[in-house]
Amino acid sequence: MSIQTTTQPQAAAPTPTGGAAALELHNVTKEFPGEPPVRALDDVSLRIDHGELVAVVGPSGSGKSTLLNVMGTLDRPTHGIVSVDGIDTAERSDNEVAGIRARKIGFVFQQFFLLPGMSAIENVSNGLLYQGVPPRERAARSIEALERVGLGHRLQHPPNHLSGGERQRVAVARALVHSPAFVLADEPTGNLDSKSTKAVMKLIHDLHSEGTTIVVITHDTAIADSLPRQVAVHDGVLASDSARRDREVVAT
Amino acid sequence: MTTSSTESTTSKLRLGDVFRVGASGPRARKMRTALSALGISIGIAALVGVLGLSESSKSALLDEISSLGTNLLTVEAGGGFGAGDSELPDTALATISRIPTVTNASAVWDVDADVYRTEFIPEGETGSISVVAADVELVETLNGELAVGQFLDESTSAYPNAVVGSIAAVRLGIRNLDQATYVLIGDDYVEVIGILEEFPLAADLDRAVLIGKDAAIDFYDAGENPAIIYTRILDGAIDSTRDVLPTTADPENPEEVTVSRPSDALEAQAAADDALTTLFLGLGAVALLVGGIGVANVMVIAVIERRGEIGLRRSLGATRAHIRRQFLTEAVILSVLGGIGGVIVGISATYVYATSQGWRVIIPQEAALGGFFGAIAIGAIAGLYPAMRAARLAPTEALRS
Repeated sequence: MSIQTTTQPQAAAPTPTGGAAALELHNVTKEFPGEPPVRALDDVSLRIDHGELVAVVGPSGSGKSTLLNVMGTLDRPTHGIVSVDGIDTAERSDNEVAGIRARKIGFVFQQFFLLPGMSAIENVSNGLLYQGVPPRERAARSIEALERVGLGHRLQHPPNHLSGGERQRVAVARALVHSPAFVLADEPTGNLDSKSTKAVMKLIHDLHSEGTTIVVITHDTAIADSLPRQVAVHDGVLASDSARRDREVVAT
Repeated sequence: MTTSSTESTTSKLRLGDVFRVGASGPRARKMRTALSALGISIGIAALVGVLGLSESSKSALLDEISSLGTNLLTVEAGGGFGAGDSELPDTALATISRIPTVTNASAVWDVDADVYRTEFIPEGETGSISVVAADVELVETLNGELAVGQFLDESTSAYPNAVVGSIAAVRLGIRNLDQATYVLIGDDYVEVIGILEEFPLAADLDRAVLIGKDAAIDFYDAGENPAIIYTRILDGAIDSTRDVLPTTADPENPEEVTVSRPSDALEAQAAADDALTTLFLGLGAVALLVGGIGVANVMVIAVIERRGEIGLRRSLGATRAHIRRQFLTEAVILSVLGGIGGVIVGISATYVYATSQGWRVIIPQEAALGGFFGAIAIGAIAGLYPAMRAARLAPTEALRS
């Protein structure tokens, strides 16, 4: 797959801080084979800087999940460039992209995906497993991360002894433990009651104020509206980006 | 908080973590782990047990053969006791004794008399016990032993004194000689002075009552022609001696002389045991194969069930190779657990059974080690396909649930 690096993409966002973005998509298109091929993402460009808290919002079928997979390097785009912390993933092998996930990206899923029979510490330390961090250091950093999400008193509990909100906080700790460039949270409150939802959203805000870059993918506009920046996806294209609107406002 | 500027970007899984991750699945599902390891256990236990038992029993048999000696040749005329027409010449024992390679020679003679415990036993109910005359060296030649009392010697064999064979003693109801014990041979009561242990190489004598040769001639009108001559041969000269024995025993009718080697029968038994062992080994191998298929089956199910985990691990940075290694390790762990269990059960079974039989316990090392490494190999083979399937799963597909 050839990559157009010579011609500057039209929608290249300005780089306000000058450094590499936490995540940058350039003219990303994703097609799935079929008759006719389904274009799930159509020429999407998006820049997320370090320290941002962004909502990617859209109804189901909008291409939101595809965007999540491409942003998380779980899937490669058909065209376009995905750069994580300044690293162009298109030039990297699958194993190298796996290494980028291990070091640069933290995932939080709607279904938590905690492993049964493992304590909170063990679950969190899985976030460091594929970087080759020694076990002792993994445990120490996992305890730190669990304390950061307010679960210092639940270190040895297996998932089935934790409430839904606590489980999601363990998952957040796992996404943070390796200090990624950004955290991708896919419907993080989708399986939670309103009380736990509030607690998890507060945690996300707190982490953001401590400097963590977080992207929340959600269909819930109320949650999206509570975040500083909203990117709306519709039928595979970026329908709106509150940041760009702000910048456009500034530009005119 | 990023660490260094020269970051390597590939993901890596430490060797210790490969085992830790591979063990996490079996650890979280203990019951299933136990059940799937059980299949392998049964197969390995069968193999180790069969090999251990057959080795132990064979060594017991070989011990017996070697303690009895394989250098015993028996010389007889045509059939066994009272074979009618043909007889060995009365000089046979003397001529055979003169063969340089014959180290020992003893003979038994037929005695035409019946033996009963008392005169009140109806005539004809002899319990198939025969009366045989023996020379004083018979026990030594046969490597036999006495359970109780003593064998005939020069003085006791001149007069009616009896030594009973092991089975004859049971049938006559003679357990010990604490009191003077008599049996009725012909018309006279004869004192029993000894009870023999078994003669595995001359089982006929177990069912016989032995009296001295001179007494047999003087009191029971026995002939001078020996019924059977037992000879011990120098090691290495057995075949050549075997060839000259007939002509030495009966130069006129060598063709009527039968020479046999009783230890051959025991060796044939050992060979027959080998054939049986092969059959059981085959059954054990089938059990092991079924156990391996069981592990493969459980692993295929695990891969389907744990798609979410596979997707999660890929999102955490695991490569396809890491996933493949995890499930392969898991399969090997299952079968190694089964293998260890099987080796323990097989060794215990061998130990208990061999001990109960009074055999020396022999655990062939090949069996124990082979069982263990065989289990590893089976686990690896059984895990190969499921592990490939797990690795092939795309992360986006695995995370969709």
